[in-house]
Amino acid sequence: MSRPTNVVIAGLGGQGVLKASDILADVAFSEGVDVKKSELHGMSQRGGSVSSDVRFGERVFSPMVPEGEADYLVVIAPDQIPVNAAALGQGGVLIEASQIDEASLPNKKSVNVALLGVLSRHLQFSVDAWVSALKRNLPEKLHEANLQAFSIGRDSEQAKERASEQER
Amino acid sequence: MAAFDAGVTLGTGYPGTPSTEILETFEKLGGRAQWSPNEKVALEVGIGVAFAGARALVTMKHVGLNVAADPLFTMAYTRLDGALVVVSADDPGMASSQNEQDNRRYALAAGVPMLEPSDSQEAYEFTLRAIQISARWQLPVLLRMTTRVCHSKTIVRFDRSGAAAIPSPRPPHFEHDFPSRVMIPAYARPAHLRLRKTLAEIAVWNDEVGPNELVAGSASLGIIASGVAFQYVREAAPNASVLKLGMTYPLPVERMRAFAANVERCIVIEEGDPYLVEGARTAGIAVEGKQESFRFGELNTSRVRRILEGNTSPEPKRVSGKPPALCPGCPHRSVYTALKNLNCIVPGDIGCYSLGVLPPFEAMDTLVCMGAAIGVGLGLRHSLPPEEARRVVSVIGDSTFVHSGITGLVEMIYNPSESGHVVLILDNGTTAMTGMQEHPGTGRTLAHARTGKVVFEDLARSLGVRNVHVIDPTQNSEKFQELIQTCLDTPELSVVIARRDCLLATRSIREYERCNEQTN
Repeated sequence: MSRPTNVVIAGLGGQGVLKASDILADVAFSEGVDVKKSELHGMSQRGGSVSSDVRFGERVFSPMVPEGEADYLVVIAPDQIPVNAAALGQGGVLIEASQIDEASLPNKKSVNVALLGVLSRHLQFSVDAWVSALKRNLPEKLHEANLQAFSIGRDSEQAKERASEQER
Repeated sequence: MAAFDAGVTLGTGYPGTPSTEILETFEKLGGRAQWSPNEKVALEVGIGVAFAGARALVTMKHVGLNVAADPLFTMAYTRLDGALVVVSADDPGMASSQNEQDNRRYALAAGVPMLEPSDSQEAYEFTLRAIQISARWQLPVLLRMTTRVCHSKTIVRFDRSGAAAIPSPRPPHFEHDFPSRVMIPAYARPAHLRLRKTLAEIAVWNDEVGPNELVAGSASLGIIASGVAFQYVREAAPNASVLKLGMTYPLPVERMRAFAANVERCIVIEEGDPYLVEGARTAGIAVEGKQESFRFGELNTSRVRRILEGNTSPEPKRVSGKPPALCPGCPHRSVYTALKNLNCIVPGDIGCYSLGVLPPFEAMDTLVCMGAAIGVGLGLRHSLPPEEARRVVSVIGDSTFVHSGITGLVEMIYNPSESGHVVLILDNGTTAMTGMQEHPGTGRTLAHARTGKVVFEDLARSLGVRNVHVIDPTQNSEKFQELIQTCLDTPELSVVIARRDCLLATRSIREYERCNEQTN
């Protein structure tokens, strides 16, 4: 059985970590693979660290990503990188907020979704599936801003580099 | 969802991580759900529902079951007409709790059948099973969850046949049945015998057709696991034979015995206490358990690998994240600033305001359990030398006060300390810590509709407290501090209600009130 793809999304309370992981899990689900997500947020409403693991593949057992086995680490708050660095496996990819020009976002609360845009270049899911999942998981009045944020992330330098690497 | 499909007519509980979302979801699906003042009352209401022939779901976190333990132990002796499922959401590793007790011990101690789901799919299936078992044997059933089962999402395939297999409940009705419901000693003695007999029957059923699963694998390594530990086991040891126990009280000992006999090495992997290990060994089954160091904290795939390897070398320390803190602008901040300035001795309680123990305030001295602030404060007042006793202030939140602070207030009237006492109720208008749930002091139901309201100042006065003050601590911090100082200087009982809505809840509270205005 093939190993699942492991994604860890991290940040601080209020940054949309859980929303981002819900969207990612929903995309995977809609693409027909087994998926599990877990989250730790007991005290996150008080601005503490929040992280959420999403795993998908042929069959997933533990809902948490074992330490050092994350393929992708998506970090919304820069100061949360050292806290979560141990999650990342060898050859794993760090996707961080500095890859996004916050000023270019229609709503600066959408950094989470913009980073999903970057992540989307690394994964095999169709853009349509992403767009549908974004719409399903966000209230209508936020659709426009978040779809834009997603595109900005997807078309960012690093994301495009990744896309051309894949083409080669 | 399962509760809904199984025809549960009432869900009750008290909010607590990681159990809170269950009733909120049940309500959103169209079920009838209520927050009770505490878990004991929630369970008692559930017992009434089941005595009336209907089906009840009662939810709480692990420590909540301590509060509800009194009704739990005796209701196991009674005969239910409907069905009752008690959800205990345990928090190994203490993500948001004061201890990491293993509530599987309660099933054993009280004689209540127990199921342990390992993912969302089983949370659905086992809830249906639990209703079925409860209805069939007329006993309460404990559904024991843990943080990683509660706070994870896995794909659920709804198979309505599970729900269809449960006979529909009869319309609620009441039949007198004194020997089964009135636990005076003369009736309780035969009731205990009956309980043990029923449990023996259920044990046979569990051995034969219980919700346990065998994963065939290598004969050299066999693992017995339950709950989320099963998932870690499957990942850490994909080739091992695994006996996954879904119903862990009464244990399917014959299945366990047969399994252990067929493998060279049989090891039990479980989170928390060595509950399954002890159960197996009591039945004379030779199994290996985990090393003591893995009793602490949560398990995960890496730790299970270590257990299997017998590796007890120091585990890598996790870099600690940003600790939670009182929000900027939180009304509790002004309170703790005053208490620190006055050099108070502060028995505290459970809620957001527990964070007052951390810098920069470091102004909370004790935290034990829900409601303890008042009793502990009185004990300190009774025993400390006068100059210290005079500085003791009990601090308790609004929801916690309703949960188990009221009896403390009664104690204060009945056995006052010579130096008086000051109880400070931090009323932020919501159960903030668990995510803004309503409680009897808000005057709104779980679904935020208007209902009866417990007014703390009226309650305190009616009990005979003469000095009752209501103040907004954020309006004028000097005035607030002066008030506390005056109360400390008075050798009488004072109750100060520091009332200011939680900053995070203000907007929703306004919205609920506006909706309620419109409907009235």
